[in-house]
This record gives sequence, structure tokens and C-alpha cells, in this order.
Amino acid sequence: MRAFFALLARNRLALVGLIVMGCVMILALITPILPLADPDVTDTSQRFQRPFTEGALLGTDHLGRDLLSRLLWGTRLSLAVGIAAAVIAATLGAAIGIVAGFYGGRTDNVIMRGVDMLMAFPYILLALAIVAALGPGLMNALIAVAAVNIPFFARNIRGVTVGIANKEFVDAARLSGMGDLRIILTEILPNVIPVIVIAMSTTVGWMILETAGLSFLGLGSQPPKADLGSMLGEARSALITNPHTSVVPGVMILIIVMAVNLLGDGVREALDPRLRSGALTRPMAATLVRRKGPVPEASDDALLALRGLETQFHVKSRIYRAVGGVDLQVRPGECLGLIGESGSGKSVTALSIMGLVASPPGVITGGAVHYKGRDLIGARYEDLRRLRGNEIAYIFQDPLATLHPLYSVGDQLAEAITCHHNVSKAEARARAVNLLKSVRIPNAEDRANSYPHELSGGMRQRVGIAMALANDPEVIIADEPTTALDVTVQAQILSLLDDLRRERGLAIVFITHDFGVVAQLCDRVAVMYAGRIVEEGPTDAILNAPAHPYAARLMACVPELGEGRRELAAIPGLPPAVNDLPDGCAFAPRCDKAQPACRTGEIALARSSDVRRVRCIDPEPIPEEAAG
Amino acid sequence: MSIALRLTELTKTFEVGKRLIGPPKGRVRAVQPVTLDVTEGETLGIVGESGCGKSTLARMLVGLLPPSSGTIEIDGAPLDNADPAIFGRKIQYVFQDTISSLNPRKTIRQIMEAPLRHLHKMDAAARKARISEIFEAVNLREEFLDRYPHEFSGGQAQRIGIARALAADARILVLDEPVSALDVSIQAQVLNLLARLKAEFGLTYLFISHDLAVVEAVSDRVAVLYFGAVVEVGPADRVFSAPRHPYTKLLADSAPVVGRALAAPEGRETELPDPMNPPEGCAFRARCPNATAVCATAAPPLERQSDGVQVACYNPL
Repeated sequence: MRAFFALLARNRLALVGLIVMGCVMILALITPILPLADPDVTDTSQRFQRPFTEGALLGTDHLGRDLLSRLLWGTRLSLAVGIAAAVIAATLGAAIGIVAGFYGGRTDNVIMRGVDMLMAFPYILLALAIVAALGPGLMNALIAVAAVNIPFFARNIRGVTVGIANKEFVDAARLSGMGDLRIILTEILPNVIPVIVIAMSTTVGWMILETAGLSFLGLGSQPPKADLGSMLGEARSALITNPHTSVVPGVMILIIVMAVNLLGDGVREALDPRLRSGALTRPMAATLVRRKGPVPEASDDALLALRGLETQFHVKSRIYRAVGGVDLQVRPGECLGLIGESGSGKSVTALSIMGLVASPPGVITGGAVHYKGRDLIGARYEDLRRLRGNEIAYIFQDPLATLHPLYSVGDQLAEAITCHHNVSKAEARARAVNLLKSVRIPNAEDRANSYPHELSGGMRQRVGIAMALANDPEVIIADEPTTALDVTVQAQILSLLDDLRRERGLAIVFITHDFGVVAQLCDRVAVMYAGRIVEEGPTDAILNAPAHPYAARLMACVPELGEGRRELAAIPGLPPAVNDLPDGCAFAPRCDKAQPACRTGEIALARSSDVRRVRCIDPEPIPEEAAG
Repeated sequence: MSIALRLTELTKTFEVGKRLIGPPKGRVRAVQPVTLDVTEGETLGIVGESGCGKSTLARMLVGLLPPSSGTIEIDGAPLDNADPAIFGRKIQYVFQDTISSLNPRKTIRQIMEAPLRHLHKMDAAARKARISEIFEAVNLREEFLDRYPHEFSGGQAQRIGIARALAADARILVLDEPVSALDVSIQAQVLNLLARLKAEFGLTYLFISHDLAVVEAVSDRVAVLYFGAVVEVGPADRVFSAPRHPYTKLLADSAPVVGRALAAPEGRETELPDPMNPPEGCAFRARCPNATAVCATAAPPLERQSDGVQVACYNPL
């Protein structure tokens, strides 16, 4: 609640709205005890007094009634009616929406078609019809305004409820023995209330206006009782001669509606989780680079070489060291496996190469990425853009999320080609079809016209691979490309990638958490933990005899097909949070070989044989044949 | 050993494209007739690829979905009406997506109390004692009880999910991909916890997963599902090492294994059959290297072979 008010107060305009609305509410509440003239007593001798005259601060109306008194009493009535209508509409609308959304199917269909019919009428016509049927009067105006607004709430709340009713916690509640009513009240409603509040805060101003409108037409409050609408209505005939009689209630309506709407926007902003997380800020086109210290030189002949790469996320005052100094290189035709658990920094490492980490909050704070001897970190955006997808391409885990849903896959492939090559549309299209053939999609000509949702997961990932191949890249960075796929499809995709690499001499950086996949596809493997590489070397050597205790224990955790039923060796504890890394070795708290020296100072990634490197002061012994 | 759970000819058909009036546009058979026995105290692994009907089957088992036909018997007593409140005391469910199976606006204590309050009508003191006992069993600290779900890591949330299932005091747990969302080091912790709980409380597990190695490591028997039907049931130690059904063999050959060369075990163009338009005869026919003319006539029945393995194939390996 306090967090809510802090967020609300951050929006200045909402704060103004809150203060103004608070003052109006307080005035309305204390009206009965204020020393005001009786609002309904007529005194025609004193009619049309100007404001600021003796005894009538805001003047008098056509019957000589005190305008200040009528204004405050009228505001009180208008607010009460408007808020009551909002509450009634929200309650009934939410109830209808929750029932429709929760039960779904035919119930939903019948209810929502009824609501649609109600919405098909112009609202004022509907309100007029209701008042005409019930007769004029404030209570009937209230009913009309509430009824007219029920469909709005019902639709809004139904949409939210459908999403929540399909969540697994609702199933869990059922399995806990709860009945429908209890589930609606204790599981659904608490999750829907924020939406109800948001919808109410944005409509209550509107409802005050509508009530005033009905009163203005003489269908709401009846004389002599004042509300803001009827005051305006009565002043209409004297609009030219005595404008103050209309200006006074008019200004009050303006103030109330403005304040309510400003406040409503603030409430929505503070409650809406999407706006709260700041996700609506657009990331920059390339990751922000703020390197301290010297930039490492390109040293060897590798096609792509990472030197001491450091990427951090700066969120408020916290610094997450997602990548803490990573060295890697890959040669043409080589497949490098990058293995680690979630949060180990493997994806951020991959995205940093082409400056694809979202900024804010991502910042590259050190190191270099040399591609053919040129440093990509800090390269001009134009240069990066020329390389992206052209020489260094990515394959992502979920092709459904990375392909555009509204364009056919053929068009998307053609676009990827025309981005980097000056070719005609027909030529690009022909190349796109060839690409689809090269990733072995059957009926490539027809499938080029398919939309992503029409393809199976395996086919979509083939399109993702075709997209990566579109411009004959030198390096492909594949971030868990087969994790979302079934094993039989995964086997197909892996063997496809392996063939492509051999045919085209591609360098592949393959990110995964699966040792089996690494073993089958990769020449070398690097194991990451808490943002750093802890072991690196030829795949066979490392899988047969891991030297770092983390690598060894991680492999022991993984059940392997063909070993039968067994107790698994688990690693106790959790990986450290990267905004709170311990001194020394990050794995020390979970390691059974940890010694005091592990917890202090920097432990270097040292050579353990000609081709292997390990970041440990007491590595597991490596047998002769596994030295690489 | 008595039969803890018996499924007889269980099927589920979904109607696609429902209309306000009139018949639906199509029907999808998500689960073909499934007949299975689960012995008390065993772990039956259920494997299959996405869309094979394993989650639909699981939801029917716990009463979240009414079966279209067939019966479910628990401890010899049939459960006809899909009422989770009745099922809940006998069979419980552990969800794959742990975080979304916990209501974000409830504390862990409120979540844990629900089954005790509604299924067992326990009073406050009894509930408190029972929760302490369960939290002890799943290695969770009691201070967690007053926190909200978003404060927990995946592994901890899954322990809470398991604790909730245990609270209902059911003898059978349906574990629907309980570790596939977890990292491997955490996965092993949870799998070992499940094994210990099973021994401690004498539970029976139905362990659903797409990960063959995990299923093999935890199961006594394994049932392989393809296109909504059981194609093979056999002891875990031999289903994947000596598969009898060609699909089981394909699965086993596709799993990436350290030390096995990479090879696509089948042609690269194959796709799953269309559920709106199921093929005649054996659903695996189009992908099967051993398919013969008889496979196109009718779906092969699940038959017990001489070695005790049940296979639904006219030409078992």
C-alpha cells in the first residue's frame, strides 16, 4: 500500500489530482456543518446577485438562492450519485464478467452476447430510455447511469478473468477441495481487484458527467434539490445576461472531472505491472558501452575472440554482474559449446557479442570482442548493423517469438536478404525458397507462403535456422535452439546444424544446458558459472574427466539414458545471485573441496594442459588420456 | 501388491470450434482408449512428445477434466464424477510450472492450509502441526510460510508444490513434468526428495516427462504414449535399452547421449499426424520403417508379449 502511494506520488499530475479531489471530497463531506444559507430558500428580491456581494460570496441564482450553498450541496449530491453509480456498475459488471470468464463456454457466450446487445445502443439513448421508463428522479438517473456502464466493466473483467481462470493455481485450488464460489472469491477476485480499481478510477469522472447530463435535461434531480447538472440546466436561460450562474457549477464540474481523471491515470500507472516495471522504455539500438581500463588487443588468429568481456545490468542502485570477464574464441568450421545453468550468463555473453543486450539496463563495462581482428564493442552502430545477420547471425530458442506473426516466412526471409544485399524482390524470393530447401523443409515453394503459426515447432526452428543462414554468415550463435523441441525433432535439427557447419565451414557458438547435445555436436566446450568460465577445453576430454568441481558435479547430476534407476548426485544449495557474488570462487559455498584460500582473491583461469583451462586452485586430477 | 490405480478404456475427445447452436466444427481425440494398471508403491513413468496427450491424461486422472468415456478406479473404488474434491483426497497433482501453480496474492501458509481445511476439515491447531510436519519432510523452513510465491526460486517453489500435494494426504501423486522447468543441479535435488518421500510415506507415483533419461532414472515401469495412445509398457530398465515398439526405438535413438555419434534417426521431413484428421490404422505408420499393409487396416491393440512387455504393434521389434 505504501509502495502504491509512493508510485502514485511520483506522477506529479496524479498527485495534484489527488490533492484537488481530496479537497473537494472534504468540502462535500463537511457541507452540512458549514455556516451556509439554506440552499433551497428562494428570495426573488435578491435574484441574480453578482459574486462577491455582501452575504452571497458566489452570488445568487434566478430565484435568489445562495449559489455557494447550492454549489456545495449540489457537489455533494453529484459526487454521491456519480460514485454510487460507479460502485454499482463496477460490482454488477465485475460479477457478470467474472461469471462469464470463469465458467466459459455456453454461459460465457450467452452472457457476453447480451452485453454486446446492450453496448450496441448509444449510451445516452439507453439512459434516456431507462429514465423514461422509470420516470424522472435522481435515483432513477443513478440506475440509468450504472446500467449503461455495466457492459464496460463486464467486458474488461471477463477478459482478465479468462486469463486467470486458466492459470494452474485455480486447478490447484480445485484439487485442494475448494468449490466454485470459494475459488471465485478467494482465488480469482484478489487477482481481479486491481483491474476493477483501474477501470473504476478511469470511469468515475465520466459517470459524474453523465449524471450531470441527465440532470441538465431535467431527468435527474428535481427542483428545488440542487445538483451540478440541474444547476446548469436552470442557469441556461440566463446564460447571456448572468453568466456567473452557469460558470460556477461549470467550473466545479471541470475541476472534479479533471482531478478524477488525473488521479485515475496515476492509479492505473501505479497498479499496472507492465508500466510499473518500466518495460515500456524502448531499448537502445546497441548495448551501451562504458569500458573502464584498457581494451584488450586482438591476439590470435581466431575468427571470433572474446577477451575479458564484462556485461552488467544496472537496476537502480544494484549492479548485476551477469558476465564477469569471459574469454572465448572460435575458429572457422568449429563448434564451441557454452554450457551452464540459468543465470550463469551464457545468453548475455552471446548477446553482448553483437551489442544486443537491452540498454537500459545492460552495460558492457569491459573487455573486447574481436571479429576478424576488429573490435565490435564500441563499434559504430552502422558497422554493427552491417555485421548483424550478415556475418554473425543468431538462432534463438523460441522461433514463434522471434518470427513476425503477420508476415509469411518467405517474406521474412526475403527481407533478411534484401537488408544486406541489393537484389530484386523476385531474386530475394527465389533465394528464400532455396534457403527453405537447404534446411530441408518439404514443399519449400508452398511453405514460403505459410505464416509462423501454421508451422510445427520443428519447422519453425528450421525457418529460424534458414533466417540465420540467409546472408551466408561466418559465425552462427545459437542460443538453446533445440530446448523447446521434442527429442525426435531435436535430433533432426542438430544433425542439420552439424551438416551445415561441415558444408559451409561455419563457426558455431552453441549455448545449451544439455551435456548430451554438447557431446554430440561440439568440438570444444566452455562451462560457465555465475558469469565466468570455470572450465574450457575439448569436449571429449572435459566430459570424460572434468577438472573443475562444479563441472564434475553438474555432470553427475544429469541422469543419462541407459544407466537405469539410481540415486542422483545433487549439488546442495543455489547458485549465487550475481549482484552479490562472494569473494574468491563463486562455487566455493557449494563445493565440498572448498578451503580458506578459495574464498579470497581472484582465481585465474589457468592452463591445466595444452588445450584445457580450469579456474580452480584444487582441480580434480586429469588422467593422461583426457589431457586433450 | 494391490492395484492402486486402474484405468479402463479411458478416452478424451475435445470439441473444436464450438458454436452457440449446432454441432462443433470438429472433434479431436486427445486420448485414445487407454487401459493401464498402476501397482501400489510403484513409479510409473509416462513419456511422450508434445501433443501426445500426456497432460490431458494426467488432468483426467486427478478429476480436473471429465473423461469422455471409460473409468478410473482408485483402490478398487470407481470414481465416476469428475470432482476434484473427491479425487483430491486420493490422488494429487504436482504442476510443471511451479510459479503459476501458486496464487501470487496468497501467502504460502494460506496455500498450504487450503487442502487441510477443505479436504480434511482440520482445525487451526491440527493444520499448524500438519504443515510443520510436511515442511520438515520436504526440507523447507517454516519461516517461508508467511512469504509470497514470487519470493522463491524454481526449486523452492516446486518443493512447496510437492508439500501442498502431500498435505492432501493422497496416496497417489501425478507428477506432470515436475523437474523440466528446473536447472539440472536443482532437478537432482527435487528428484531425490521425491524418491525419499515415496519411501517415507509409501506413495505411488505417475511420473510424466518428455525427458527419457529422467524417467528411466526414477521409474519402475514406463508407458510410452504416441498420438494419445499407449504404444508400449514395460520395465524401465529395458524399455529404452531393448525397445519393442518402433516409436520407442526412435525416441531412444533420438535422445542425445554422451559418447554417441550424432545421427538423425529418421528422415528429416517427417511430421506428426494431424489430430483433426487422424490417419487410418496405426498412427505411427507414416514414420515407421517396418510398416506393412496390415498397419493401415486398424490401430494395433496393446498386447502382452511373452517377456511381459505390452506393445501395440503388428510387427514388434
